[in-house]
Amino acid sequence: MLNLERISKTFHAGADRVLALRNLDLFLVESDFLTIIGSNGAGKSTLLNLIAGTVLPTTGCVLIDDVDVTSMPAYRRARMIGRIVQDPLAGTAPEMSVAENLALAIKRVGRGLRPALPRKLRTRFRDQLAALEIGLESRLNAPVSLLSGGERQALAVLMATLVEPKLLLLDEHTAALDPANAAMIVRLTESFVCEAGLTTLMVTHNMEQAIAVGNRLIMMHKGEIIHEVQGHEKQRASVEDLVDLFARRHVVDDELLLERMPEPATEAIKLPL
Amino acid sequence: MVSLLIHAAEQGLAYGIAALGVFLTYRVLKFPDLTVDGSFVTGAAIASLLLVRTGMDPFTVLLVAFAAGCGAGLITGLLNTRLGITNLLAGVLTMIMLYSINLRIMGRPNLSLLRASTATRLVASTWSPLGSLAVLVFIGLLTVAIKVGLDYFLKTEIGFALRATGDSERMITAQGVSVNTMKLLGLALSNGLVALSGALVAQYSGFADVGMGIGTIVTGLAAVIIGGTLIRSHRVGLMTLSVLLGSLIYRVAVSLALRYGYVVGFQASDLKLITSLLVIIALVVPYVRERRLRRVQSC
Repeated sequence: MLNLERISKTFHAGADRVLALRNLDLFLVESDFLTIIGSNGAGKSTLLNLIAGTVLPTTGCVLIDDVDVTSMPAYRRARMIGRIVQDPLAGTAPEMSVAENLALAIKRVGRGLRPALPRKLRTRFRDQLAALEIGLESRLNAPVSLLSGGERQALAVLMATLVEPKLLLLDEHTAALDPANAAMIVRLTESFVCEAGLTTLMVTHNMEQAIAVGNRLIMMHKGEIIHEVQGHEKQRASVEDLVDLFARRHVVDDELLLERMPEPATEAIKLPL
Repeated sequence: MVSLLIHAAEQGLAYGIAALGVFLTYRVLKFPDLTVDGSFVTGAAIASLLLVRTGMDPFTVLLVAFAAGCGAGLITGLLNTRLGITNLLAGVLTMIMLYSINLRIMGRPNLSLLRASTATRLVASTWSPLGSLAVLVFIGLLTVAIKVGLDYFLKTEIGFALRATGDSERMITAQGVSVNTMKLLGLALSNGLVALSGALVAQYSGFADVGMGIGTIVTGLAAVIIGGTLIRSHRVGLMTLSVLLGSLIYRVAVSLALRYGYVVGFQASDLKLITSLLVIIALVVPYVRERRLRRVQSC
């Protein structure tokens, strides 16, 4: 499904170069749900950017469904990738309405001179928004700039999955939200991912969440995958185990310790996948 | 007084088409495009040349001018998207290039259309039952048709992608759209409209002049801003309507100032100064208001 082969990425060639990823291999099969944790600068976001195509690797290749997409421009790749980023402002067009944003997301290829938002589509969007159960169905014509961060992120989740993507990339997509909204977004994401069996990569700073969600987990540090757990082993893992692992590799830092404090809202969303 | 208002309305609508072009780049695409000062004249120059030299049908001439304007917009777009020149500079460079090109087209600084069969003259003679309103009705119909066409386009799948490009480049890239392609399309369309407006204004006023485009961006902005304060809406139809209303109000104000402004010592040559000051005030007021709000919060 997704195949990363010997990926390296160096920023700023020269004296002050930064090795963001070093010789990284990663293979995902269909319906894998991979969570990615690691300290700041571990290369988590760079990894997702490489897959999305907004950053090109220095060496190595990216294959999606056995097609080499390493040098395919980001907008072309976007036709098979759904992506939600941390900043709720970045995933939607603020001056356009809720319905217009959904219309943009439902037509990823072959845009033409047909009306983008016929009545039939509007009705469909209203039903799909109603299913989110956060009252967005009554704000179909409201500009997205008037929505709260949680509402915008919920809209982004719906937009990313409206046309079933081959890959779903979640880049700390609940990090900017308050605990209640974060829990709501995780619940929505999980239901969409489960329903369609989407192949998903999720970067998170929340270890509880990383363990609770998905079937595989990788830990990154300084551009490398330093640990991977999956299946039963992952279900049995605890935050303490993971922190111990970091410590054993002498990579424990303050930030990681802070992350040990579980957020209360995440307790309720431990759904076995 | 009535004929003054009719003339002002005719001009407001004719220049309104250029204002729609400015609206497309400045408001929709968020690309401050200065090409328009040149492409307006390109439209006028090509129209005048074709009317004088070939006697081409004056309505077809408008379409040729539109196509030429699209080409001008594409040059700015390519300078910006393919060669990495900043948007303002790309527009300025094309505008200056067009100055020379426009002189080449006309062969001299101005061309008279006194003896040519222009669209407005044709309409005035064939729609005679309408009397002195014939030209106004013609320009009004043309402008409204263009507005309706633009509204339709902005509601199509491609139109949505164009609007989202100005709104959030990151978002629209993630939706599978090439930002560069959309900028090229928007700039071409915008300058096409501006050139069409130039061709219409040349036929209406009976001449083309190499300096007639100076300040097109500013008068266009004035129309967009005046309209925007009258009608605040995110709906496409209302936004384009507001631009045309803004253009009408601007031209009426200008006509009145030219007619009665001598009382306070106003001269026609002061027009661009006053218009620019108006645009500056309109742009600065929201900025100052926001800064004041921030200051209150920090106390």
